[in-house]
Amino acid sequence: MEHALDITLTVNGTSVSRRVQARQHLVDFLREELGLTGSHVGCEHGVCGACTLRVDGKLVRGCLMLAVQANGCRVDTVEGLSDSKELARLQKAFHEKNALQCGFCTPGMLLAAQDLISSSRKPTREEIRLHISGNYCRCTGYQAIVDAIEEVVNG
Amino acid sequence: MKAPAFAYAKPASLAEAFELLARPGATVLAGGQSLIPSLNMRLSSPELLVDIGGIEQLKHVERKNGSVHIGALVTHAGLETSEVVRKHVPLLALAVPHVAHAAIRNRGTLGGSLALADPAAEYPAVAVALEAWIHVEGPRGARRVAAADFFKGLFETDLRPGELLTTVEFPVAKATDRSVFLELARRHGDYAIVGLAAHNDRFVFLGMGLKPELVKGAGSIEKTRETLKKSLKPPADLYNASATKLHLAGVLLERAWNTR
Repeated sequence: MEHALDITLTVNGTSVSRRVQARQHLVDFLREELGLTGSHVGCEHGVCGACTLRVDGKLVRGCLMLAVQANGCRVDTVEGLSDSKELARLQKAFHEKNALQCGFCTPGMLLAAQDLISSSRKPTREEIRLHISGNYCRCTGYQAIVDAIEEVVNG
Repeated sequence: MKAPAFAYAKPASLAEAFELLARPGATVLAGGQSLIPSLNMRLSSPELLVDIGGIEQLKHVERKNGSVHIGALVTHAGLETSEVVRKHVPLLALAVPHVAHAAIRNRGTLGGSLALADPAAEYPAVAVALEAWIHVEGPRGARRVAAADFFKGLFETDLRPGELLTTVEFPVAKATDRSVFLELARRHGDYAIVGLAAHNDRFVFLGMGLKPELVKGAGSIEKTRETLKKSLKPPADLYNASATKLHLAGVLLERAWNTR
């Protein structure tokens, strides 16, 4: 049986074909094969949320999905969503509210926040907290992060 | 850490999956939200991952003959947004938001959670509370097992080698049924210290033993609490002593009793 497989996927709008090891998870593939280092690798067992990505429009943990499982999928990372300006309002609000300290959790936080903003009419502060509950900020800057997301929500 | 090396195959049908699962060291990959962490931490080292994610017949939610049949590959998010589940299996709908976080609910599956049989997971307790039927299939045919008989012990189920969990059959809720789902956890979405799936007079606790623990209502809250204290001996975890957990289970029982 095959330990390495050929995959083709769309990453930030560009079609990419590579041969990958079955054991490689998606976030490592993006970082090491494609040089997209915006998605971070923290705990590598699905607890911290630093590797949060979007696959076929849905939020996923990049460390809990194998690159081979993304065959045929559309993957969006913080780089692509920055370039397309989808995250522009959130990024501005994060900057203004000082919602990033060391910045390690920020890409994951931005994707989790954007997921909420695009799916919910007008989330309350409590709903914002609930939605980012799967993303750790070890600088513990949650207050400012919730402030920034709330600012965009109230736009 | 990184996962050890393994081979990977993605069958398109059940028959193809059974053939692959007969190979030595083969393991089923469903949503992967428990398996992949355990691979990353090198707690498991399969030789072959059989990714069943492409088997479309395991992704249905349908009401038929007084039951709701849910395919093993329906994700937590799929359950969360299903009108049929919300209307006809309210206890399951109440449990879903307690399962991990949004990004994990998008990939993790009903069947994966039940087949893993983590004693701290939500769905095994829900299945026992609702007296659901677990449908399994293998190269030698299909059978169904009552949820109470399916969970045998710590991460141990009635699944035989080479068999797959295919569908879960939940009874359609009656208007008079009362369902309550409660958990106590340090952080929302984390594994609960103690949880409770209550359906009428069936109180099924999670995190309180090696498998879902059923306590039947004994007429009054006092008597039921007494039964709970006599029949359960929860294992301590890193932060909570057995006595603490038993106390917390009593707290949840009372809350459920008063909200039914």
